[in-house]
Amino acid sequence: MDRSRTALKNPNSLPTWLLALLAVVPVVFITVFYLWPVLTLSARGLGAPNPFAVLTRPRVPQVIWFSLWQAAVSTIATLVIGLAPAHVIARYKFPGRRLLISVLTATFVLPTVVMGAAITAIGIPRGLIAILIAHVVFNLAVVVRVAGPFWQQIPRDIASAAATLGASPLRVFWHITLPLLRPALWASAAIIFLLTFTSFGVIRVLGTPERSTIEVEIWRRATQLGDLPGAVVLSLLQLLVMLVLIAGSVVLQRRSNLSLRMDSASTPEPPIGTGRQAMVTVVVGATAAIVMVPMGAMVLRSFRNREGFTLAGWRNLGIQEIRPGITLGVNPMASIMSSLQTAVWATLIALVIGGLASVAIAAAKGRAAWLDLGLMLPLGTSAVTIGLGMVLTFSRWPVDWRNRWWLLVLGHAVVAVPFVVRTTLPVIRAIPQGLSDAAATLGATPIRAWWHVVVAGLWRPLGASAGVVAAISLGEFGASSLLSRSGTETMPIVIERLLGRTGTLLQAQAFALATLLAVMTVAVVLLVDRLSGGLPRAPHRHDRRSRGNT
Amino acid sequence: MKFTLSRPIARVAALLAVASLTVAACGSTGSDSTGSVSTGSEVTLLTYDSFPQSGTSVNEALDAFSARTGIKVTILSAGDTGTMISKAVLTSGNPEGDVLWGVDQTFLTQALDGQVFAPIPALVGVSAIDMTLREGTPEELVVPVNFGDVCINYDIGWFTERGLPVPQELSDLTDPIYAGQLVVQNPATSSPGLAMLLATVATFGETGWIQWWEQMAANGIQVTNGWTEAYYERFTWAGGGEQPMVVSYGSSPPAEVLFAEPARDDAPTAVIENSCFRQVEFAGVLRGTSEPEAAQQLLEFLISEEFQAELALNLFVFPANSQVDLPEVFTAHAIIPANPLRVDPELIQQRRSEWIEEWTARVLR
Repeated sequence: MDRSRTALKNPNSLPTWLLALLAVVPVVFITVFYLWPVLTLSARGLGAPNPFAVLTRPRVPQVIWFSLWQAAVSTIATLVIGLAPAHVIARYKFPGRRLLISVLTATFVLPTVVMGAAITAIGIPRGLIAILIAHVVFNLAVVVRVAGPFWQQIPRDIASAAATLGASPLRVFWHITLPLLRPALWASAAIIFLLTFTSFGVIRVLGTPERSTIEVEIWRRATQLGDLPGAVVLSLLQLLVMLVLIAGSVVLQRRSNLSLRMDSASTPEPPIGTGRQAMVTVVVGATAAIVMVPMGAMVLRSFRNREGFTLAGWRNLGIQEIRPGITLGVNPMASIMSSLQTAVWATLIALVIGGLASVAIAAAKGRAAWLDLGLMLPLGTSAVTIGLGMVLTFSRWPVDWRNRWWLLVLGHAVVAVPFVVRTTLPVIRAIPQGLSDAAATLGATPIRAWWHVVVAGLWRPLGASAGVVAAISLGEFGASSLLSRSGTETMPIVIERLLGRTGTLLQAQAFALATLLAVMTVAVVLLVDRLSGGLPRAPHRHDRRSRGNT
Repeated sequence: MKFTLSRPIARVAALLAVASLTVAACGSTGSDSTGSVSTGSEVTLLTYDSFPQSGTSVNEALDAFSARTGIKVTILSAGDTGTMISKAVLTSGNPEGDVLWGVDQTFLTQALDGQVFAPIPALVGVSAIDMTLREGTPEELVVPVNFGDVCINYDIGWFTERGLPVPQELSDLTDPIYAGQLVVQNPATSSPGLAMLLATVATFGETGWIQWWEQMAANGIQVTNGWTEAYYERFTWAGGGEQPMVVSYGSSPPAEVLFAEPARDDAPTAVIENSCFRQVEFAGVLRGTSEPEAAQQLLEFLISEEFQAELALNLFVFPANSQVDLPEVFTAHAIIPANPLRVDPELIQQRRSEWIEEWTARVLR
C-alpha cells in the first residue's frame, strides 16, 4: 500500500519518530515487568533435567482439555447473556442505570471466595455448573463495559431505517447491529476467554477435585510440589494456546473494524412504548437479580452467626484487640487504605501505558501487531509465573526491587493494561478518515490533526476503562498473593486469611470486609465514570454512519 | 456534569486530584517499611502469611527484642508455606530475608535440597527445645520452633443427639454406620489434606494406606479442594453442612471457644486423638544473609521462653520450648496427643507426588 497516501488520509497516521516515542514507554514497561521475569523463570525451569516429563503425568491432558472447553462455553454463555444488558445500558435511560453499571463492575472483582460461598448458599452444588455460573456472573461487566461504548457509537438511525423498511427487531439485530458490533464482541470474547481459560480462584473455590485448570495445576506444581520445571512447561503451553487464540482474535478484530463518526455516539434515551419499556424492565430486573443474589448472600452472611442476627462482624472490623489480650495480627482497616493506594497507582499507570499503546498501535497499523499481542500476553500468563518470575528477576542490584511496595502496583497494572487497550483500540480505530481529511484541508499538520481528532477521542474509552482497572486492582488476588510484602495486605488477601481461620466471629468479619470491598468498588466505579464521562454519558447528536475503511 | 469532550485536560486534572487526595489520605503505608534507619542492624523475618504482621503480643515480643538489642526486625510475609519455600529455593543464596520461620516437615526436605539455610553455631537456648520434634533433621541448619496436629474434628452435639459412638480409630471409619460422615481435603491442593494422607501412611504403612482410602471412597467420603470449604460449608457444626466429621487442626476446638460469636465456655467440637498427624515447624538462618550475627541472635530469641509463650494464642500452635506454660483456653480445650502419627520427612519428599497421584486415581475416579 502507498504509505504517503495513507499518511494523508488516515487520522491515525503519524511520523515514525513520534510513533516510536509513543511506543517506547509501553514497550519498556512490558519488557521489563513482564517479558523479562517470565523469560528468566522459564530459563530456570527449562534448564532442569527432563522438564517435559510433566506432560506424561496422568490427568495433565485432562486438565488441558477441561481448561479449553470450559473457557469456550463460559465465553459463549457470557456473550449471549451479556448482550441484553449491554444493549439496554447502551441505548436506554432508566432509573438506577449508573448504579447497575457500577454494581456489575463491582461483581467483576468480588473475591472468588465470596462468590463461591454465595453460589453454594443459593443451593448450587460445586462442580461444572457452579463454575460456569460464576464465570458468567463475574464477566457480564466485560460485555457491558467493552461492547457498551462501541454500541453507543452505532447510530440509532440505522436500526430505525431498517425497521421503517419493515425489518423485525430480531432481523435488525442479526443483520445490522451484530455485524457492526463485531469488533467489540471479539474484544470482549478475547478478554473473557483469557480470564476463564486461566481461571484460578473460581476453580479452587467452586471446582470439585476432578475439575482443574492448567492455571491451578501450575500453581500446585510451582508452590506445593516444588516442581518448577513442570510448572514452567505448563505455563509455556498455556501461553502457546493463548498466543494462537489472541493472534486470531486480533486479526478478526482488526478485520471487522468499521469507521464510524466519533460524534455519532447516541445518548441513551428513555424507552418509548410499552413493548420497549417491558423489555427494559425485564432485562434490568434480570441483570440486577443475577448480580444482587451473590452480593446479597455476602451481605447477609456478614450479619449472621449460628443463632441469627449479629453486628459483631462489623463492630469488630476496626478493633485490633478482638478478645481481651488477643489481637488478630491482621488489620482489616489498614487493608482498606492499602487497597485504595494500590488501586490509584495501578490505575494511573495502566491508563498511561494502555493509552500510549493504543494510540501507537492504531497509528502503526499492522506494524505494531506484535505490541498489541505483547500487551495481551499477561492475561494469558499464570499469575504464579509472573509473581515467581518477579521474585527471581528483581533480586539483585541494580534491580533489587522484590520487596518494594510498588512492585505489587506494577503487577496489577500489567494485568490491567490489556483491558485499557481492548476498550480503547476499537474506538480509536473507528475514527473516520473524513475527520482528519477535513482538518488537513483546513491546513492542520498531520500531528495537529491527529492531536485534535485521535487524542480528543481517547478520553471516553480511557475513562470507561479507568473504572474497570481500578476495580481489577481492588479485587486482584493472584499476583498479590505471590509477591512478598510487609504490612501492606490488600483487602482480598485479608478476606482470604480471615476465612482461612477457625471462629465464627472471624468469618462474619471476613464477609463484612468483603461487603466493604464491594461497596468501595461500586463507589470508585461511580466516581470514575462520573469524572471521566465514561460509559454512561455521551454527546447528544444523531448522525449518519460513514463508510467503512476496509 | 459539564465536562465535555473538548476539555480532556480538566477531566484528567480532576482524576489526578482525586488520585492525589487518596494517596495523601493513605499516607505512606507502603513505603515507610524500609524508611527510618536505625543505628543497629536490621533483619528480615521471612514467614508465611498467617504469621501476625502487627499489633499482637508476638509482635510486641519482637519489639521488646529490638529495644534490647538494637536489631530492627521486619516481618516479610511470603505467602503460604509452599509458596514461601518455592521462593526461598528460587532465591537460594540471595535470600529475601535473613531468618525463615515456619517450614514444616512436608516442605523441609525441599528447602534443604534447595540449600536454603546457612549453618548456625549451636544455639544457647536449644536445651529447652523438645528434642523429639527433631526427627533426624540437621541440627546445624534448622531448629524446631512449634508443633501442631492435623486431626479429624467432630461435632460433639451431633453424635450425642444420635447416640452414635464417636469413632476412636481411623479403621473404625470404614464402618457403614459412619457412611458419608467424613469430609476431607484434596491432598493435591490442601495442606491438611496432605497431612491426612500422611496420617494413613503412618497408620497403615506404605502399602496398606491406599486400601483404607478405597474403603472410605466406598463408604461415601466427601472431598473438597480446601480447608475453608470443608470446615465452613460441609462440617455440621461450623457450616451447617452434612458431615459431622472434618479434617482440621488439633487447635480448632480451642479456637471455636476463643472466637465464638456469641461467646461460649465449652468447645462444641473435639478431635479423634488417634487420627492426629504431627506437624512440626522449623526455623533457620537463610544462606546468603548479610547479617549473620543479628540473624543468629533473632533465631535465639525465637526459641526463647519469652517469645515461645506468645505462640499458642496467636498462631494456634504449641511451643517447641517445653518450659512454656500453655494458656488456660488451650489446656482446657486442646489435647496434645501422646503418640501422634509421623512420617519421615525424607520419605515424604521422595514419594509425595506418587502418593498424591495414587490417591487421586483411587479416591476421585
